[in-house]
Amino acid sequence: MRYTFLLYTDPADLADMTSEDWQAEKEVYGAYIGALQKAGVFVDTDWLQPVHSATTLSLKGGTRQVQDGPFADTKETLGGYFVIDVPDLDAAMVWAQKCPAAKTGKVEIRASAMGSE
Amino acid sequence: MIDVTRAAELAARGSYGRLLALLSSRTHDIALAEDALAEAFARALSHWPTQGIPDNPDAWLLTTARNRLTDSQRRQLRFPTVNEIPDMLSPELADGSIPDRRLSLLMVCAHPAIAQDLHVPLMLQTVLGLEAKTIARLFLVSPVALSKRLVRAKAKIRDAGIPFALPGDDVLRERSTAILESLYALHAHDWLDPAENLGDEAFYLADLLGRLTADDAEALGLAALIAFSHSRARARIVDDMLVPTDEQDVMLWNDALIEYGKRKLHCAYEKSSVGRFQIEAAIESVHVARKETGSTDWLALNKLYVALLKIAPSVGSLVAQAVVTGRLHGPQAGLEALEAAETVTGPGYQPLWAARADLQARAGNHLAAVKSYDKAISLATNGPTISLLARKRAAEQDK
Repeated sequence: MRYTFLLYTDPADLADMTSEDWQAEKEVYGAYIGALQKAGVFVDTDWLQPVHSATTLSLKGGTRQVQDGPFADTKETLGGYFVIDVPDLDAAMVWAQKCPAAKTGKVEIRASAMGSE
Repeated sequence: MIDVTRAAELAARGSYGRLLALLSSRTHDIALAEDALAEAFARALSHWPTQGIPDNPDAWLLTTARNRLTDSQRRQLRFPTVNEIPDMLSPELADGSIPDRRLSLLMVCAHPAIAQDLHVPLMLQTVLGLEAKTIARLFLVSPVALSKRLVRAKAKIRDAGIPFALPGDDVLRERSTAILESLYALHAHDWLDPAENLGDEAFYLADLLGRLTADDAEALGLAALIAFSHSRARARIVDDMLVPTDEQDVMLWNDALIEYGKRKLHCAYEKSSVGRFQIEAAIESVHVARKETGSTDWLALNKLYVALLKIAPSVGSLVAQAVVTGRLHGPQAGLEALEAAETVTGPGYQPLWAARADLQARAGNHLAAVKSYDKAISLATNGPTISLLARKRAAEQDK
């Protein structure tokens, strides 16, 4: 079963990071990606531009509505995601607990509706 | 010629915690003391090569750091505070030794008003001088987030009036338990992710605590426990694969650490105050005894697990006891014990499935074993553990 982790963090926490800080941050995520790859469950990941660059589009109601900004305006915003392929929710939860974002923000776990393989 | 950089390095490793404990116990401001001490070390590196290494490097560092503290306090207060911190060596240093206040500092780090998951990072930073960035990497957490939390924790320690003096007996016991729990967590963390190499730090701190609170049987028990399991560090992972304790090559076990563990456990027993860490150390001592006797005493292990489950029940020891039951009374008995354990651990507990797979394999039920290994592998996040489970799974599939 494929699961997607949506990583929510508070941009205020990342506000005054130096390039050295970012380097350290990347190392931590690099280690997590390495662990996922080593276990053979890694599918995909991305790190997203800040939320102010978001564009939300909807065709609901028949007309195209384009909103400059994220869908929901909350303190914590979507900062990235992981897609992993593991047998069940138990396994997905084990990996979500290891995700660095879980320790400082939130990780939403969503099963794929497409089914795996 | 004496290598100055090396001398500064050794002074740093040996005395960082001592000096920081002393400096911060006066001001209650750990961050300020850290800055002052960092400056003192920086000065040592620039002064010692030209002016020679002082007779008492620690005292030199302490005096330099104290002067620096006085300077910054004067700046903050605008008025000079005379005599608050002496510029000269204080009388307590007359015999050249630095008083050891590290126990108080550990107590501050493990204070109940500080978030529990910060206890260990604070100890690593203040007593061992590890950088926040390093600690974050070891625990796989965001370095920036951890740095911020550590800064806030130190501000709270300063502003909330958390005492730096040793508390009375009742509180001392409670606080010691918090320190022991933290060190145990640090040790267990290394056990799960040994590649991160935190074992040395856990052992250093446990040994230190054992010396600082020599009357506490549990502190000695924990020092023994960590020494015993640390003694098997080189045998535990071979070719990036975890090796179960009873299959490890005993020639790779470290005799000095085993002897140390035996000594500490013996001292602990003499206090006649049995506790969880002593029992866990005793369990480890049964495992390491295989080096002398050539076999594992499963009967002794069973007794110890019964005692441990009474004093400090945990999902880990519940599964471990089921494994011991399987060795003593056959795989079927072990599997039944696991069924009972599962009602407590829940189905998402990796060691439960690894144990079940092993017992099913021993019972000759290879198909069930393969399925259980699959489940165990799916719940494992650590490379060497996955390799071991995959190897065992492959062996069952071939049968």
